[in-house]
Amino acid sequence: MSVIAFAKNWNGKFKNSTFELVSYTKALANQLNTNMVVLSIGEVAEEELKLLGNYGADKVLTVSNPQLNTLTSRAYADIVAKAANSVEAEVIVLSDNNSGKAIAPRVSVKLKAGHVAAVQELPLSLDPFVVKKSVFSGKAFGHIQIKSDKKILTIAKNCFGLVANPCDVAIEEFALDIDTNLFKVKIIQEEEQKDKVILSDADIVVSAGRGMRSPENWTPVEELAEVLGAATACSRPVSDEGWRGHEEHVGQTGKVIAPNLYIAAGISGAIQHVAGISRSKCIVAINTDPEAPIFSVADYGIVGDVMDVLPRLTKALRNSKS
Amino acid sequence: MKILVCISNVPDTTTKVKFKEGDSLFDDSGVQWIINPWDELALTRAMELKEDAGNSVNEICVIHVGGASADATLRKALAIGADKAVRIDACPADAYHVAGQIAEYLKENPFDIILSGIESSDYNGSSVGAMIAEFMDYPGISSVTSVNLDDDDIQINRAIPGGKQVLKTEAPFVAVVQKGIATEPRIPSMRGIMMARKKPLEVKPAVELEVLTESIKFELPQEKGACKMIDSESAEQLVELLKNEAKVL
Amino acid sequence: MNFEFTEEQLMIRDAARDFAQRELLPGVIERDEKAIYPTEQVKKLGELGFLGMLVGLDYDGGGMDTISYVLAMEEISKIDSSVSVIMSVNNSLVCWGVEKYGTEEQKQKYLKPMARGEKIGAFLLSEPEAGSDATSQRTTAVDMGDHYLVNGTKNWITSGKTASTYIVIAQTNPELKHRGINALIVEADSEGISVGPHENKMGMRASDTHSVMFNNVKVPKENLLGEEGFGFKFAMKSLEGGRIGIASQALGIASGAYELALKYAQERKTFGKEIINHQAIAFKLADMATEIEAARFFCLKAAWLKDQGKPYGHASAMAKLYAAETAMKVTTEAVQIHGGYGYVKEYHVERLMRDAKLTQIYEGTSEIQKIVISRGLVD
Repeated sequence: MSVIAFAKNWNGKFKNSTFELVSYTKALANQLNTNMVVLSIGEVAEEELKLLGNYGADKVLTVSNPQLNTLTSRAYADIVAKAANSVEAEVIVLSDNNSGKAIAPRVSVKLKAGHVAAVQELPLSLDPFVVKKSVFSGKAFGHIQIKSDKKILTIAKNCFGLVANPCDVAIEEFALDIDTNLFKVKIIQEEEQKDKVILSDADIVVSAGRGMRSPENWTPVEELAEVLGAATACSRPVSDEGWRGHEEHVGQTGKVIAPNLYIAAGISGAIQHVAGISRSKCIVAINTDPEAPIFSVADYGIVGDVMDVLPRLTKALRNSKS
Repeated sequence: MKILVCISNVPDTTTKVKFKEGDSLFDDSGVQWIINPWDELALTRAMELKEDAGNSVNEICVIHVGGASADATLRKALAIGADKAVRIDACPADAYHVAGQIAEYLKENPFDIILSGIESSDYNGSSVGAMIAEFMDYPGISSVTSVNLDDDDIQINRAIPGGKQVLKTEAPFVAVVQKGIATEPRIPSMRGIMMARKKPLEVKPAVELEVLTESIKFELPQEKGACKMIDSESAEQLVELLKNEAKVL
Repeated sequence: MNFEFTEEQLMIRDAARDFAQRELLPGVIERDEKAIYPTEQVKKLGELGFLGMLVGLDYDGGGMDTISYVLAMEEISKIDSSVSVIMSVNNSLVCWGVEKYGTEEQKQKYLKPMARGEKIGAFLLSEPEAGSDATSQRTTAVDMGDHYLVNGTKNWITSGKTASTYIVIAQTNPELKHRGINALIVEADSEGISVGPHENKMGMRASDTHSVMFNNVKVPKENLLGEEGFGFKFAMKSLEGGRIGIASQALGIASGAYELALKYAQERKTFGKEIINHQAIAFKLADMATEIEAARFFCLKAAWLKDQGKPYGHASAMAKLYAAETAMKVTTEAVQIHGGYGYVKEYHVERLMRDAKLTQIYEGTSEIQKIVISRGLVD
């Protein structure tokens, strides 16, 4: 018996969320009194794989086939299932990101493993096996019992944090035949914004709403984001009006995020918006209306016009840095 | 080509969530049920594809796993323009169960394109689409922001963190769609509502399937402590607090 | 008795609500302030079939019942009465009459495009000297053998400028008094018709209200609605149904204002608590909610009678009277609950209050409704 984590890489590199996944899985293995195996798919340099050892991974299986450098959920799911079988994994853990969401359900069907997405913490109990997940778009949590022998979890970002646990890593190639039939989806073009902080990864997010009054007024938001190394986001009305792109929309029907710091500028805090940010560690709200509902979920609040407050905040941050 | 759109029936997004019976069940009293917003956008895109003469899409079917209380939602989908609705008569236990039921239907009634919303805004399983793909051994594409058919040549845009991909695939396939797939959901027209009366809403018995997970309890997030108010002139104080009190800088 | 709506009726209500929220709410304040006709909005309303929702499917309408019409009118009027008045006049004054009394040719030619919402209809009854007293029509339609020659002036015409199709009530045989009146379909671009300036109204400012002048306008004989001399009765019958539309509009104005007031009262704090927790405000809201519910029952009862094929003129007069009075009262209270905010345009309630006033006046003033109701008591 064991516990297996699938460590996704991005162009051969892991992210903090990968290390959080390993930290979580190690703690779960300890809880279950068993060992942990980490699976990596695609070409990743040995030094990078060894970084996983900083968070408790002592055994890494790697499928270093260049054909697998980009995500193909069908092929990845096939490999995850086979690796899980080979190490007799009882629990399979993935990050609750795009790839995890695409792979985990497929593995669930392959192995008849009960699947719970967006898990918030270590299991509440092991027998029965009960985990806590966010439901109703972050408005509540559900306790979900997994009844099958095999279990598959995807864990929510920032739910566990990083736990340093250095150990020696044994890296092993996991050999298997790859069914070329599984590559029916062909990537013909890819665009990536290299210079921008990615919203779903960002530790700090500066988000703005209709209180900005016009799309021409976004400079103070971008300047604040720049000094903080933050991603920019917006509320639904702003993306609906076309002031900002849909990829920036945060809320129940947009992206659900959980950064360390979320700054809401000129956002009133409709229930749907709050659902998308409620798991942020710290929320700062800036709004002219002292009765705006955003203040009831914020940790820090400033009543004032965003067009005045944001530049002041940017200046104060610059001063504190220098 | 035929398109199947998977529909879930969810509480309106403005709903304040409450629970009952010792927090073991969702309290649906006074709740307004709607088509899951992402599923509604998927249906809108399916309609657009059917109306476009540049492809061979000629039938749109919506499918739902659940009880008769969802019939109103399905009829709305028919009023918007779906040609047919199917309800698998079962209590939707979990994503595996729902996907398995839809897959059973697909085995008897093949479709070329299966669209599913990225997640349902209730239990947020976000898994049904990918599970259907696996049950059927079809390609499945997640985070889909557009589906285009040029003379039945399939081109798909997918959001990736910080960017996008353009993909090609072959039918049949499952696309798990998100915001951007269509601009806004359609409002059913009076004529559409009248026509919906005559369209088929088939109710099919469920097949026996294992239930792998079960919700046993719910809890509401802890109330936040009071918001600390800072004078709008004192940006420095906020920076100080974020650094030393909240420790997030 | 059954107080449940059908699934379809609820779907129509939701469709109207979605439409109002999505298409009417943005810009409603500006359209009112600058008296901008809601061209785009009316076009979309037509595409969705609301402008002809009561017309049968055979004539390109929605084939809906009057209950659904009440629900849709209420939802649209919660947001924008300038739009709902256009919908009401087109549906219940113009389309209804052509469908009920028109010849097959008239239906094919005039009803279908109006039911599809491609053309808008107007109902020309009021005159400078004959508003509430419709028997004394000064506009004449002289029988010239192969056509009528129409002369005169009509006042306060909703959609007066936008409409393509007019129903004109005019006197052909003055010696027969009201039995000499005819109802004619007149194409708005006929030679001899001129439209007066836009009326600068207190409320419903975005709908276009004009006077329309007829100077030797030739109207073909085949455009006569019903039999010779049927015009007055035709107008009265049309107004019976029109009252359901306006009553539902008044209901919507009232419930729209009430919803805003309720929301505001739950958010706004004075003396350390939300104002809804002050009895003075709570009781106001209780009265408003109760009266709105009563108005809704009046509207639905009249609609139900009409759908059942039973006489509904008495019920629709009660509905129009009660709903209009309620709208005026509720909107005034909604402004009061909002305090100073209620007096500025941004908060919508002042507009609803101005709109409410018109429902007490047009398509039969509250006083006229009392005449209708009281006459019904002794019949």
